[in-house]
Amino acid sequence: MHIPDGYMSPLTALPIAAVMVPIIGVAVKKVQTTMKKKQVPLLAVGAAFSFIIMMLNLPIPGGSSAHAVGAVLIAILLGPWAATVAVAVALTIQALIFGDGGIITLGANCFNIAFLMSFSGYYAYRLFKAKAEISSLRGLVAAACGGYIGINLAALSTALMFGMQYHLFQAPDGTPLYFMYPLKFAVTVMMGEHLLFAGPVESVFTVLGVLFVAQTYPELIGTDRNNRENKKGVMASV
Amino acid sequence: MFKHYSKLWWGLLALLLLTPLGLIATGTAFGEWGIEELIEEVGMLPTGLAALADTWKYAILADYTIPGLQGTLGSVVGYIVSGFVGMALVVATIMLFSRMIED
Repeated sequence: MHIPDGYMSPLTALPIAAVMVPIIGVAVKKVQTTMKKKQVPLLAVGAAFSFIIMMLNLPIPGGSSAHAVGAVLIAILLGPWAATVAVAVALTIQALIFGDGGIITLGANCFNIAFLMSFSGYYAYRLFKAKAEISSLRGLVAAACGGYIGINLAALSTALMFGMQYHLFQAPDGTPLYFMYPLKFAVTVMMGEHLLFAGPVESVFTVLGVLFVAQTYPELIGTDRNNRENKKGVMASV
Repeated sequence: MFKHYSKLWWGLLALLLLTPLGLIATGTAFGEWGIEELIEEVGMLPTGLAALADTWKYAILADYTIPGLQGTLGSVVGYIVSGFVGMALVVATIMLFSRMIED
């Protein structure tokens, strides 16, 4: 899902990057104002987790590969703005040091994989979870749905971005200048891979991640009830 | 940094050691082919793409490999070292960023 340099015309990649700059600005601001200093290690764990999980490539029949991202798990635990920051940091390091994803396309990749995935997955999760606890069966199903929807919307947006290049930018003789397949083909292949393979894997990682944190640091999970009880407690003591 | 939530850090280290499993997937992801793969497998190299593909030349651990380390063991070692370096840089970036958080 990391679009390399050359697959998008700068005429489309740079405007998307320009949109991503204020989004990152808001995300950083939100994290600065809402996060406590002692929560910073969690943000670091989240970003490192996303980096590592993207290395776990999954073979896809036909010789391709795909991977989970972890954005929705981070969003469930720390909120979608924090997840946007965490995954954007991972994507930037991947591009700069490991050549995974381009520099001109970094903004587009951050938009799809960090921002769109975190927010769509998080709100899908919230919608399905309703008032259930995170670690209840309904909460876990909601986490699975959130991961699935988030990675698939990111894949769809990625496919639209490079797929439209074929139609927008052609040499005078009709050969494509950048991405070389039509939109329909790009969307079909990307969605097939992510609906059938990467999506379910993202769901599994999201649920296992929630369960792991629920086991090790339940105070990070039971926020709904704890917060309510804490507030009540504070009220009572006042 | 690592004192709190140490179990999460240990979990991450375990995942790091599992990353070489990702090497089983030898295929390149759709839409991420390098120049040589484009010529050999896709069968075309668009001119605009070729002109921009090497925009960034400083990826010192390109493709999560250590230059010079070859073979299966070499790629496994390169992958784990890459994962560790990547994690360390990600954590360092977040730490720098966190200095801006007042508490």
